[in-house]
Amino acid sequence: MLKFTEEHEWLKIEGDVATVGITEHAAGQLGDLVFVELPEAGASFAKGDSAATVESVKAASDVYCPLDGEIIEVNQAIVDDPSLVNSDPQGAAWFFKLKLADPSAANALLDEAAYKELVA
Amino acid sequence: MRQTWRPDLEDLSHLKHTPLHALHLSLGARMVPFAGYDMPVQYPEGVLKEHLHTRAAAGLFDVSHMGQIVVRPKSGRIEDAALALEKLVPVDILGLAEGRQRYGLFTNDESGILDDLMITNRGDHLFLVVNAACKDADFEHLKKGLGATCDVEMLDDRALVALQGPRAEAVLCELWADVASMRFMDVVEADLHDVTCIISRSGYTGEDGFEISIPVTSAVDVAQRLLEHPDVMPIGLGARDSLRLEAGLCLYGNDIDTGTTPVEAALEWAIQKSRRSGGDRAGGFPGAERILSEFANGANRRRVGLKPEGRAPVRGGAKVYADAEGKVVVGTVTSGGFGPSVDGPIAMGYVDAAQAGNGTKLYAEVRGKYLPLTVTALPFVKQTYKR
Repeated sequence: MLKFTEEHEWLKIEGDVATVGITEHAAGQLGDLVFVELPEAGASFAKGDSAATVESVKAASDVYCPLDGEIIEVNQAIVDDPSLVNSDPQGAAWFFKLKLADPSAANALLDEAAYKELVA
Repeated sequence: MRQTWRPDLEDLSHLKHTPLHALHLSLGARMVPFAGYDMPVQYPEGVLKEHLHTRAAAGLFDVSHMGQIVVRPKSGRIEDAALALEKLVPVDILGLAEGRQRYGLFTNDESGILDDLMITNRGDHLFLVVNAACKDADFEHLKKGLGATCDVEMLDDRALVALQGPRAEAVLCELWADVASMRFMDVVEADLHDVTCIISRSGYTGEDGFEISIPVTSAVDVAQRLLEHPDVMPIGLGARDSLRLEAGLCLYGNDIDTGTTPVEAALEWAIQKSRRSGGDRAGGFPGAERILSEFANGANRRRVGLKPEGRAPVRGGAKVYADAEGKVVVGTVTSGGFGPSVDGPIAMGYVDAAQAGNGTKLYAEVRGKYLPLTVTALPFVKQTYKR
């Protein structure tokens, strides 16, 4: 199941684990990224907490945790090469995997059609 | 995800446009409010590529939002205008030769900096370029200070562009003007195509380059002709900021303001010998007493370059500490970001004089962590001015 937030994160949900990244639209708006800071595996976040930071030459932006949960894995590849977020934001450049506290809460997020309408 | 700034949420209808506004839109620029103007922050290539292109070839910047001011002596003698302006700036204007330009500062009675500016001797008048955000206040300041002896006029019929980078000279020479004989800070009047422009060999990137004042009616034409050259790319405010930061140049409002003195800001070089203690025309500018005393005794704090270790940018506003636990505050970052040519984070800021020596290890607070950084000589990249 693919879901989106109004803050431009995407979630690919398999069982009670969501793989989270930022959308192509967001990556385009940010421009070339030069730095990514990811949370520690094992950290817990509530929905809306700042879970990661991305920085372009010009500015820093927060990436929010889209649902309550615990970080079980992070993608070191985007720390080593932040430009991956620009080249493949909705694929190889995922940010973290989140074990959802309440998988059913994902139903309230946007589906792809609703997100596309939001950024149109 | 949330961007630090969301211009799309603001009402932009009150913003002023430069003569090149429509050209920016046609080039696909992303526009942001800056100093009351709707300005291009970047073009489709993006800040990173725009920055690197300027250092490798040539970048064209629209700086028409800046104020262009003419100061004309009522007596007809340029010396009278020079001496009048010297009452507002701690700069040797009398010794500025015709066709030469010099960096200057408007100081206030508290020894703070009201604005920084470029001053040119154009033979029968002085030509000033001041910051957009300060230009109305500067104009009033000049009229009040110089009105008795000079006519002060803000030019609203001229655009200003900067062509910066190692290919700038060749591009201008190929297209029109023989600028090869100009040295850094020379200013000439020259025809580009059939448009008479004022060209200075100066800029705000650390690169060799030119600033070109163009009559408004020809501004789009000249800009388009420059952009047609394969070496030239349009550059937005984003890369302008990263380029000037790498070059160690101050941004007024960030790195200098009414709360900083010229000596604190490490701008002693902008105050020539004639205006310092013992000089022919020592003092005689606002705040001279404290500024000259700081010359002799040093200031309590100093603007320095700060090189963060690692990859994380340290932004303006971050507090600087002497220790990794964040116990002893010794300063503040005033500008910070990522330097594409340095390929790493860079910053500048003010630290206590005792911590201002090159090589001093300090720490900046970023998102609750204390990141190590080192006091580093400015600029971060070698300046390539043609002296």
